[in-house]
Amino acid sequence: MFELLQLPFMQNALFAGVLAAVACGVIGSLVVVNRSVFMAGGIAHAAYGGVGIAFFFALPALPCIVAFSLFIALVMAALTVKKRGRMDTIIGVLWAVGMAIGIILVDLTPGYNVDLMSFLFGSILAVPKSDVHLMSILVVFILAVVTYFYKELLSTSYDREFSQVRGIKVVPLHFLVSALIALAVVMTIRVVGLILIMALFTIAPYLVEKYVSSLAKMMLFSSLLNILFVLTGLWLSYKFDLTSGATIILTAACFFILFKCGVILFTKLRSS
Amino acid sequence: MREHLPDEKSGEPVIQLKNVQFSFDKVLVLKDVNLVINRGDFVAIIGPNGGGKTTLIKIMLGLLKPDAGTVLLLGKPPVKSCRQAGYMPQYATGEKDFPIKVIDVVLLGLLGTTGWRPFFSASERQKAEKCLDMVGMLPLSMKKVGELSGGQLQRTLLARALVSEPEILFLDEPMANIDVGGQTMLFDLLAKLNEEMTIVFVTHDVGLLSRHVKSVVCVNQKVFFHPAAEITPDMAYMLMGEKCSMDLIAHGVPHRVLGHHNHHDHNDNDSLKQQDKGR
Repeated sequence: MFELLQLPFMQNALFAGVLAAVACGVIGSLVVVNRSVFMAGGIAHAAYGGVGIAFFFALPALPCIVAFSLFIALVMAALTVKKRGRMDTIIGVLWAVGMAIGIILVDLTPGYNVDLMSFLFGSILAVPKSDVHLMSILVVFILAVVTYFYKELLSTSYDREFSQVRGIKVVPLHFLVSALIALAVVMTIRVVGLILIMALFTIAPYLVEKYVSSLAKMMLFSSLLNILFVLTGLWLSYKFDLTSGATIILTAACFFILFKCGVILFTKLRSS
Repeated sequence: MREHLPDEKSGEPVIQLKNVQFSFDKVLVLKDVNLVINRGDFVAIIGPNGGGKTTLIKIMLGLLKPDAGTVLLLGKPPVKSCRQAGYMPQYATGEKDFPIKVIDVVLLGLLGTTGWRPFFSASERQKAEKCLDMVGMLPLSMKKVGELSGGQLQRTLLARALVSEPEILFLDEPMANIDVGGQTMLFDLLAKLNEEMTIVFVTHDVGLLSRHVKSVVCVNQKVFFHPAAEITPDMAYMLMGEKCSMDLIAHGVPHRVLGHHNHHDHNDNDSLKQQDKGR
């Protein structure tokens, strides 16, 4: 166990995992209370367009995905700011278009790209040191923005119209939340891949939501749970030689199911 | 029994709507609205469901932009002055499981006056507690909102509207989930608040025109202002025919039930009568 932690790639994996866990815990909580899980899914999948652009133009992957996800997120925000009722349809379109752009661009890129799968399903064990640095900066940025706008984010999530009467600029805030989702998505791509991002966004915040009395606590405990999922999943994937991203998600899913069964059993026992 | 004559209301106008028109997805909701509400008034906005009551107060607050006409709240466009207003919406849009305590909901009413720090100060918490005490919710201040009954949630939202010490208080169906005893208490509280602030509230239940109400605004696409708390036959027509008239007689509005109408908007009233006959 300890010699394992001395391997440099393992250290990078641990750092990357913890950083992604925190980002997903914080932003996932916002996503869950705002009921915008589908939007987060749309941004996560459309981000694949960024991967395609990076391959086609031979650009560094992560900055490219950051730029493209932010672009998609802001387009989604602009299209959904007025017609909140049609949000799901617009997101569905962008979801598909983003992925299609990515796939076509990868097709057009000469040579076979082995690395492609790592963006779909994650490759936490291959995260380079430079990505860990960029991820740390993104996490600090996300935490700073969420802390600074905490009251405003809380108020608009709870009651958008009331917040507007209080003079909060709800439209810029809508764009800000979309951008934060995009940043968190980018961070998670390296760890679990864009296909599996939604689990880290939703499972922990959903489990925690019922048992905490504030959004801040929801963010804190979701982050802690995510760290538990990532570390346990990472260890299991190493031990049994499995794909790390999928193992992390299944760890979270098992925890989710066991927890729900435990709650049902507990309430049954108490009522009988 | 108090009589409220128009000349008694010498207060300056706090809400002015001029030729306001509003449609929602090409369906006309409000037409040719001209309305002035003066400081110190206690206004009930009544009208049938879908008649545009909520739309009207959302226009006053600047939440909805009219297609035509001008809106002034405290002499300014609502976007500039809405922070001086308190707003209690019909339903909390927040979900049942939303992780927030009663006191924290009330504190959100201070947004726009508070600083940049992510948490509220001790004096701000005291203010919130004072408002919770006013609406009788102080013992439940540390509960999660999801655990509250409908009436308790309404009172929490009233405290949130009050905490910023507004000049005008807008209430959308404040009595909806509250039992009769609670309604009387709430009206007494509003009457006390009315000494310091103008109150505008929406209700679909004419039985709720308490003795504290000073004026009535009738909304059914068109808007009529009645400078007294009485129900005229024309108003009864607006409130969707027989069932409501029965209600009026049964509950008994405190004074001059079905009093004679001498308002100047005769054309509008006639068209409404025709509409009623056609039904």
